[in-house]
Amino acid sequence: MTTEIDKTLFDTVPDAEGRFGVYGGKFVAETLMSALAELESLYRKLSNDPEFQRELDEDLAHYVGRPSPLYFARRWSEQIGGARIYLKREDLNHTGAHKVNNTIGQALLAKHMGKRRVIAETGAGQHGVATATIAARLGLECQVFMGEEDVRRQALNVYRMKLLGAEVIPVTSGSKTLKDAMNEAMRDWVTNVDDTFYIIGTVAGPHPYPEIVRDFQCVIGREARAQSLEQTGRLPDALVACVGGGSNAIGLFHPFLKDDGVAMYGVEAGGHGVATGEHAAPLTAGTPGVLHGNRTYLMQDEDGQILHTHSVSAGLDYPGVGPEHSWLKDIGRVQYVVADDKEALDAFHTLTRVEGIMPALESSHALAYAGKLAAGMSPDQHIVVNLSGRGDKDIHTVAEIDGIQF
Amino acid sequence: MVSRIAGRFQELAAQGRKALIPYVVAGDPGVAVTVPLMHALVEAGADIIELGVPFSDPMSEGPTIQLAHERALANKVRLRDALDMVRAFREQDSTTPVLLMGYANPVERMGYAAFADAATAAGVDALLTVDIPPEEVAGVNAELHRVGMDNIFLIAPTTPDARIATITGQASGFIYYVALKGVTGAGHLDTADVAAHLARIRETTDLPLAVGFGIKDAASARAVAEVAEGVVVGSALVQRLAESAAAGASNEQTIAHAVELLSEIRRGIDGASF
Ligand SMILES: Cc1ncc(COP(=O)(O)O)c(C=O)c1O
Repeated sequence: MTTEIDKTLFDTVPDAEGRFGVYGGKFVAETLMSALAELESLYRKLSNDPEFQRELDEDLAHYVGRPSPLYFARRWSEQIGGARIYLKREDLNHTGAHKVNNTIGQALLAKHMGKRRVIAETGAGQHGVATATIAARLGLECQVFMGEEDVRRQALNVYRMKLLGAEVIPVTSGSKTLKDAMNEAMRDWVTNVDDTFYIIGTVAGPHPYPEIVRDFQCVIGREARAQSLEQTGRLPDALVACVGGGSNAIGLFHPFLKDDGVAMYGVEAGGHGVATGEHAAPLTAGTPGVLHGNRTYLMQDEDGQILHTHSVSAGLDYPGVGPEHSWLKDIGRVQYVVADDKEALDAFHTLTRVEGIMPALESSHALAYAGKLAAGMSPDQHIVVNLSGRGDKDIHTVAEIDGIQF
Repeated sequence: MVSRIAGRFQELAAQGRKALIPYVVAGDPGVAVTVPLMHALVEAGADIIELGVPFSDPMSEGPTIQLAHERALANKVRLRDALDMVRAFREQDSTTPVLLMGYANPVERMGYAAFADAATAAGVDALLTVDIPPEEVAGVNAELHRVGMDNIFLIAPTTPDARIATITGQASGFIYYVALKGVTGAGHLDTADVAAHLARIRETTDLPLAVGFGIKDAASARAVAEVAEGVVVGSALVQRLAESAAAGASNEQTIAHAVELLSEIRRGIDGASF
């Protein structure tokens, strides 16, 4: 399936303009162009600086708690009776999700640029919490933009951010979810560009963000690759990760892109079902366009207006996707599929009951698809699923759906 | 052939006047308002009309213009409808340049070539897309130039000198200087700072320079007119329209309120000494 793809391609993206094939780029207001150029040149310098790498690795080890385990979900795998399923335990990171891998890195960049204030957008609140956490540790002022709708459904994380000293700013424009939070963060950045660093939470936004966030998240795939070899003696047959903006997925996939035998599945949020139009699956059901600084697949209408999305998980409720995923879809290296709200909720309950691990609703989309995939494979094969975050933040949502009131 | 925009700036220069460029969003506050409003603005002294194309995610706009986009979309006004409005405007006005201002995605979705054809056919003179910087402009520029449309570029307070030259090298019509770091409708204008930036831009180009963002009234318009060839007024006008419509005014009254503000600003500009 993947053997026809020229492997040297993977080293060529993004190009100097920040493009992944026709995707990516820098579609932002002129006011931000010099800030992006400054960020890029600093990043080029620091990413080759052993001292910066050492600082980052140290934080990842002692503050985040890396490496995260690769856990064989024996009971669940046996229940399914197909391929063995391994979970990459990003839920065990400090703050409870993969997001912190990236916020630590970007906060170090902010520190090196001498910025005193960081801002972030957040959907599920995990990126907001990870940003507020690192801001507390570095003594930076922190403001987090969050759609009003998400403030409501992720109340726990909102309070966590406040405890950490961040200010959460509810966004009331548009659909009041992640995309609107990102609009508002961009508006803040354009206004305060001199003293503010914008910590983007996923592999979207203008160049160089998709590349920087990818690089910081690749620690997931590098570890998973080594752990898989160590624990099973071979590489996985398949990788599965949920795709909101796509950062946990690219972090897992990227270090395996050149491994022909490793199939990859990015799982988008099917919401009420792709056929209903109420979903958040731009790669599955969208078309290319320009939003939030890059060209990528989007959920949009025939006039180029961005459509409202729906997903039970706030972190997947986004009408766009990182440009590298759009490219990986077009060249056929990664298959993009969907799991709907109900499948994700079922997977949430299954993993909780069978393995004693409560997954985030985002990650539950990956688990739902992985369960189906494993059923069609044999026990001598194995799959690595990115368990991108833990589910504590979603308990209210799940309880509400189950008709339980506290 | 001299474009309608270049021609307009030449006439103004010959008369010793400065351009007044009002911005309104197509379809805001009502579908039936826009075309008569455009004529009324011309009557009140507008030299170029900047017509906003409604977009679901207007990232560079402050609250006032964001709401205008939301109202226009609620009125079901899209890029095609904005083009229809320009076509209707052209039935009675073949001389006032019209500039479409908006975001990349609606134009992308229509396709650059299809947009260029439809826009010239409708009588549009130029396009300004907030989120297509010079690095990304080649594709759309080729199509705009094919049909003789101008592409209006933004220069910001943060644009370094080397980049200013790159931008002015690709620009035609005029240059739009964004007077402050921020979104539309924000902050206070620092005229001395604006003058200093315009001087830097003039070292690289003879194109006329218009200034927008932060011009609210006759006084700020006059201050800018002393240093620039054009003055763009957006949020203040959009706010006037919104307040009037919200108070239940008829379309005629709403237009009259907007005209009142524009006339004051015109007088402010004409009172400038330069
Ligand atoms: C646990 C978890 N997984 C996944 C995501 C989706 O983001 P991405 O696709 O960038 O990994 C989020 C976003 O909030 C999240 O909190």
